[in-house]
Amino acid sequence: MKKIITIFISAYSLLSASAQNADEILSRVEKNMSSDNRIFESSMIIHGIRNDRTITSKTYSVGDKRSFTEYLSPAREQGTKMLKLENQLWIYSPSTDRTIQISGHMLRQSVMGSDLSYEDMMDDRKISEVYSAEIAGSEIVDGRSTWILSLTAKVNNVAYYSRKMWIDKERFVPLQEELYARSGQLLKRTTLSDVRLVESRWFPMKIKYKDLLKQGGGTEFIITSVKFNQSIPDYIFTKAALKQ
Amino acid sequence: MIKFLLKGLLRDKSRSRLPVLVVTIGVTLTVLMHAYITGFMGDIIEINARFSYGHLKVMTRGYADNMRQSPNDLALLNVSSLIDDLKEQYPGTEWSPRIQFAGLVDIPDENGETRSQGPAAAMGLELLAQGSAEIKRMNFVKSLVRGQMPSKQNEVLLSDEFSRKLGVNPGDRITFISSTMNGSMSITNFVLAGTVSMGHEALDKGTLIADIQDARNALDMEDSAGEILGFLKGGFYIDEVARSEAEKFNSASSVNTDGFTPVMKTLSEQGTMGTYVNMTKLWSFYISLVFIIAMSLVLWNAGLLGGLRRYGEFGIRLAMGEEKGHIYSTLIYESIMIGLAGSLIGTFFGLLFAWLIQKYGIDISGLMRGSSMMLPTVIRARISPVDFYLGFIPGLASTVIGTMLSGIGIYKRQTAKLFKELEA
Repeated sequence: MKKIITIFISAYSLLSASAQNADEILSRVEKNMSSDNRIFESSMIIHGIRNDRTITSKTYSVGDKRSFTEYLSPAREQGTKMLKLENQLWIYSPSTDRTIQISGHMLRQSVMGSDLSYEDMMDDRKISEVYSAEIAGSEIVDGRSTWILSLTAKVNNVAYYSRKMWIDKERFVPLQEELYARSGQLLKRTTLSDVRLVESRWFPMKIKYKDLLKQGGGTEFIITSVKFNQSIPDYIFTKAALKQ
Repeated sequence: MIKFLLKGLLRDKSRSRLPVLVVTIGVTLTVLMHAYITGFMGDIIEINARFSYGHLKVMTRGYADNMRQSPNDLALLNVSSLIDDLKEQYPGTEWSPRIQFAGLVDIPDENGETRSQGPAAAMGLELLAQGSAEIKRMNFVKSLVRGQMPSKQNEVLLSDEFSRKLGVNPGDRITFISSTMNGSMSITNFVLAGTVSMGHEALDKGTLIADIQDARNALDMEDSAGEILGFLKGGFYIDEVARSEAEKFNSASSVNTDGFTPVMKTLSEQGTMGTYVNMTKLWSFYISLVFIIAMSLVLWNAGLLGGLRRYGEFGIRLAMGEEKGHIYSTLIYESIMIGLAGSLIGTFFGLLFAWLIQKYGIDISGLMRGSSMMLPTVIRARISPVDFYLGFIPGLASTVIGTMLSGIGIYKRQTAKLFKELEA
């Protein structure tokens, strides 16, 4: 009997330790990936079923509540702007001079034909606020040793019920991610690479998204420049700024 | 002898007027009913052809596999040259490019903010192209409720019911939000030129009609189209002709198996239309058959009665020494004359009434309210070559057979008993 109790207590403490470790790992990942604010320029290369398209943009974001993106090229998308405030999203189209709020089922549409949806863009909450994490094992990814974290949603308003993340054991940056529906179906796969030390944090400069329900070769999101903790004027995050 | 019999028939009205009248009515009803059934069944096919399926449809293989979703990312490219090729290869068919798409119609207020919004099924087709048959084919001019037809780029039509729901009037600016063929969000401003009521609940709920060039600009589909619809020259769908054209086209493109290869589908190969086309053929046949049999029985009976009514006359003729065979043959000749006359007059009137219904139609829009199926609101008959001879089956054949049966009694009469019969 004593033996059984000892085994049970040991197993319980091991599990608790593992949960604690998973939370710690997530916290260190968030330190790398989140910031008070940031300004970055990016190139989004969409590998469609017929052709590849490159869309460049500049994004300003403050925390996880406010962000503003202006599309710079190609000509058809140039001047299109997107504003996210809390859980609301507006898009401004210069050719029509209209600002449209994206809501409901439109949030599930793809952003500029990429493998990212508006819903993906909107959900900038910290992972630890939305998911409970567990270490599911470890694996070598691209020659780097990683923890495999298994994440399950602890809130209802989440686009993906569960996730699997491969976290670099040394740099605490995700290198791979799989997003699942409540049914267990794999919906999206993300690969993060070109990890660089930017302002004393490790940050992936290239992210490849693949929507598994969509045809095509996926979307590469390449950050061409990133600056953290900048001073961003408040007027940028207003609807008036969309028309400027 | 024929002249003699004809004179007899004309002089004795009781032998000609009523039988000819009965045959005429029967044949008129048969011809009219057949043309009406053919027209009604064909109308449902034609209305579906005009709005969605065409008699033939060219699209990419990938698009054809997911046709119900109208996947414009798999649209046909270089459509102008493809249409030129089609016109050259199939000169008997009219070809029209179309783009089916969906989106949100957003009505701005004076500050540019959303005042009202509603989902719409949209169609891009040749509205402004010179010599385009699409406006006539879709009956837009007659369907116009308010405003006018688009006369320049960026002008669109909305279904009237939908426009009233959105609170928008001709001349107002509307914004259409959709996806380009690459999947980007597309936001386009249009001017509402007019509103239409197409008489189909499914279409009147929320439809936007734009010129194909405007649809191309909005959806980033330069020289592209989701589908190219083909319409056979006669204006009616003929399955055999359509199938042979599609086979010819597909055998040429069967070497290439990728998803972007153009393929041609007949109307009966799309959606549930195949079942409907087969059902139409069967129904038309069975309904016509039942009616022909019913009319044949009536006219057969009329022939029988005509023969029996003249029982006394045949007795006298036999008593006077006329051969039984002669009486029988004159009876048949007379019935042929009555059948011919009745069938000719009946076919004439049947075709006349059928033509009137074909031209003017019968408005049943009141019965169609609430229907989500694409059914015609005006029923029209359709005169086909069969209608020119169909009436002769009950009109001539049944009358003659009826007479032949009743005439058999002549051979059972015995000369010795004739005077007894006549005395009675």
